[in-house]
Amino acid sequence: MTSTVLASGTAADRSPGSLWRYRWWFLLTLLPLLLIAGGKAGLVSNFQFLQLSLMIVYSIAVLGLILLTGFNGQISLGHGAFFAVGAYTAAVLIDQAGWPFWATLPAAALACFIAGYLFGLPALRLEGHYLALATFALAVAVPQILKYRHIEPVTKGVMGINIFKSDPPFGLPLSTDQWMFLVVFAVAVLMFWLARNLLDSRTGRALIAIRDHPMAASTMGVNVARYKTVMFGISALYTGIAGALHGIIFEFVSPDSFRFELSIAILVGAVVGGIASLPGAVIGGVFVQVIEKYADALTKKISAAVHLPLELEPWLIYGVALIVLMYAMPMGIAGGVVALWRRLKGS
Amino acid sequence: MEQLIQQVGSGLANGAIYASLALALVMIFVSTNHINFAQGEMAMFSAYLAWQFLQWGVNFWIALPLVMVLSFAIGVAIERTVLRPLHSAPVLSVVVVFIGLLTIFHALAGGIWTHTIKAFPSPFPQVAFPGSGYIGPHQLGMIAVTVVVLLALFAFFRFTPLGLAMRAAAENPASARLAGISVDWMLALGWGLAAAVGAVAGAMVAPAVYLEPNMMASILLYGFAGALVGGISSPGGAVAGGFIVGVLENLIAYLGNVVERATGVYIVGNGEKLTVALIIVIAVLTLKPSGLFGRVTVQRV
Amino acid sequence: MPLLEVEGLKAHYGETQALHGVSFALEAGGITTLLGANGAGKTTTLRAICGMVPTTGAVRLDGKPIAGRPTEEIVRLGVGHVPEGRGTFTTLTVEENLRVAAYTRRERAAAQRDLDMVFEYFPILKARLDQQAGTLSGGEQQMLAISRALMLGPRLMLLDEPSFGLAPLIVQEIFRIMRRINAEAKVSMLLVEQNAALALDLADHAYVLETGRIVMSGKAAEIKSDAGVRKSYLGY
Repeated sequence: MTSTVLASGTAADRSPGSLWRYRWWFLLTLLPLLLIAGGKAGLVSNFQFLQLSLMIVYSIAVLGLILLTGFNGQISLGHGAFFAVGAYTAAVLIDQAGWPFWATLPAAALACFIAGYLFGLPALRLEGHYLALATFALAVAVPQILKYRHIEPVTKGVMGINIFKSDPPFGLPLSTDQWMFLVVFAVAVLMFWLARNLLDSRTGRALIAIRDHPMAASTMGVNVARYKTVMFGISALYTGIAGALHGIIFEFVSPDSFRFELSIAILVGAVVGGIASLPGAVIGGVFVQVIEKYADALTKKISAAVHLPLELEPWLIYGVALIVLMYAMPMGIAGGVVALWRRLKGS
Repeated sequence: MEQLIQQVGSGLANGAIYASLALALVMIFVSTNHINFAQGEMAMFSAYLAWQFLQWGVNFWIALPLVMVLSFAIGVAIERTVLRPLHSAPVLSVVVVFIGLLTIFHALAGGIWTHTIKAFPSPFPQVAFPGSGYIGPHQLGMIAVTVVVLLALFAFFRFTPLGLAMRAAAENPASARLAGISVDWMLALGWGLAAAVGAVAGAMVAPAVYLEPNMMASILLYGFAGALVGGISSPGGAVAGGFIVGVLENLIAYLGNVVERATGVYIVGNGEKLTVALIIVIAVLTLKPSGLFGRVTVQRV
Repeated sequence: MPLLEVEGLKAHYGETQALHGVSFALEAGGITTLLGANGAGKTTTLRAICGMVPTTGAVRLDGKPIAGRPTEEIVRLGVGHVPEGRGTFTTLTVEENLRVAAYTRRERAAAQRDLDMVFEYFPILKARLDQQAGTLSGGEQQMLAISRALMLGPRLMLLDEPSFGLAPLIVQEIFRIMRRINAEAKVSMLLVEQNAALALDLADHAYVLETGRIVMSGKAAEIKSDAGVRKSYLGY
């Protein structure tokens, strides 16, 4: 597998004082402002802001999985568990400790890092199928773990926790959906930037070496065990922050929101977007949200038009997409785009 | 005491289902080195097929073999079409394809038969019999049918030429080819048999838990636990492991109840069975991956 | 018509080319040996004949082309391969090892006759019928491997280093039995061996391989007596 992280730029980027190197930051500041302006002008509805926020949230969750599986070679079918830990950490702190929502994000990050690291310890002994199996087991057991009687006073058991979205601060003239969109966007930019730096560093190269040739990596002095467990923690952290944001946006968490399907959805996002690609995480997050929201309507239209004896379901699309991609585009859409780009350039 | 025997009895009944699933998993693992994550959903789909036959007025004991044959065919088809080109693909690709199969079977079942819970009538007569204080008729039936199927499979592998050829192909594909055996078809047949065994498990468990697409998700986890406890490379071990997990699970919940009644402290109960299975899976994988009866494979550098 | 013809056989292992165009022919009835140092391509040649490695070039059995066919098909046409390392089914019993080798035989009677023949050549196998094959000694496993090939009822047997790892006395016995099999059961043999002296004693014809090419061919007796050839190609 090759990494398809975006190229680091041309010579123009590196000349001091060049504004061109900041083009991405410029775009990333401009884009949300444009959208908010559109919102104020009535062109972008609150509902659409909500959709955008969810797409970004799933992108962060998918990014967590990609870091672990795509770049470090540890398969996880259980990332829904970390999503849940993040969501519950945020919900409990807001509901019972009265924390402001933004303070719960670092707390959720820490909690999930610890959870991921702890799971990463036994996972050290497991490879390939066996790790997939262990994480599969985790994903299936999550709702039941969340309903455990002894933590019920905190997690409120089956009934779940209701929290309330906060109003935009400083009396900013934004709707809550617009405000949450900005928050989510900013967090995402930060998380992706950190991920990019991580992958471009020596640590990143070590991670990829561990993925491709673990034995060779360890003979070259890489502390494979430490990298793998820490990576599990970091990956959980990312998906956990996504979970926290998700809980804050939806104002509700409950054990049955975090069933096995969630872990599969995150996996689908990673595979469709591009398992070893940062832009792939964005594509994947968008894909998951689009399917969840619109596949229902789409499949109903198709079923009505073609008179099938069965109801097409979004999950059918997920399943077929997974299999077809493994044959046609194992590196996901991002990988397909890169391959196409290379072929067009004639290299 | 009576309650303890009841727990053991129902544990054995559940264990029969876990043993069947565990066996199906191990059969595929031994021949292809893949873990069939879709095994549960395939079994659930087969249960729906059986239900459909029942709706059409077919007697259960005719529907069951029919469904087994259909499931066999589906299993062979999947191996030949979807999995064959992946023989040398990276593990992640194979795992993803299995998850894809899982979701397809799940969505097909929901799409064809809707997600409403359906009642699946038990094929066993609801009469009293000696010992029916300890174990229900359906539970006893589950154990009996499972044992018959397992014995039949055992006889097939042990005493028939085809069974021998399949065992040889699983153990040493290269040498099997040199004996003129078509290893690719042996793999497909193995898949077919695993699917058929899973179908029996699905049809047996549906009357007990109600038929709905989510029926097998957690049962599969118990099946995995059973396969791991017994040894994922040993078919006999898998069967033993399935029964062990079934009984163990009930005993742990029972013990938890006893402790709670005696001391007022709740540690585990019926609501923690999945968590217990998770702990079993992680414990076996990290501490004794070869299980009770399996063999450890050495990784070549 | 020769029983086996190989023409311009080329084989690759990934990037490395192992065979650079090997050609030879084998008449029915005799024992031919393929000699050469380690890595010369002897095992690759046998595996190529059986379709176990991808190759280009022609392989013909009784005039019929078999190159490119799957291994199990070639085997069913009458080629028995006794592989390097013996290929024993270690968890199966000796009896099951023999039975599975007869899996493709149509006529039960002929298969039974061959089984009796096997027990005549290797009575020790009859004594160990119910034992797990993995517990047999090296020599016994070699006998079992040869027997499995015999149970196919082959016209041609390919043997890959049958002497490997075995004590000299056992090797002598096995080679003696191989000569009997060749004479009595009329099974032609292509024998790959690193132990050239042993092979030249047994065989009628010999080919010498060096880095994927045939560099010498002739009657075994002549090659054996030619000290110069022995020195330069066979190292003794």
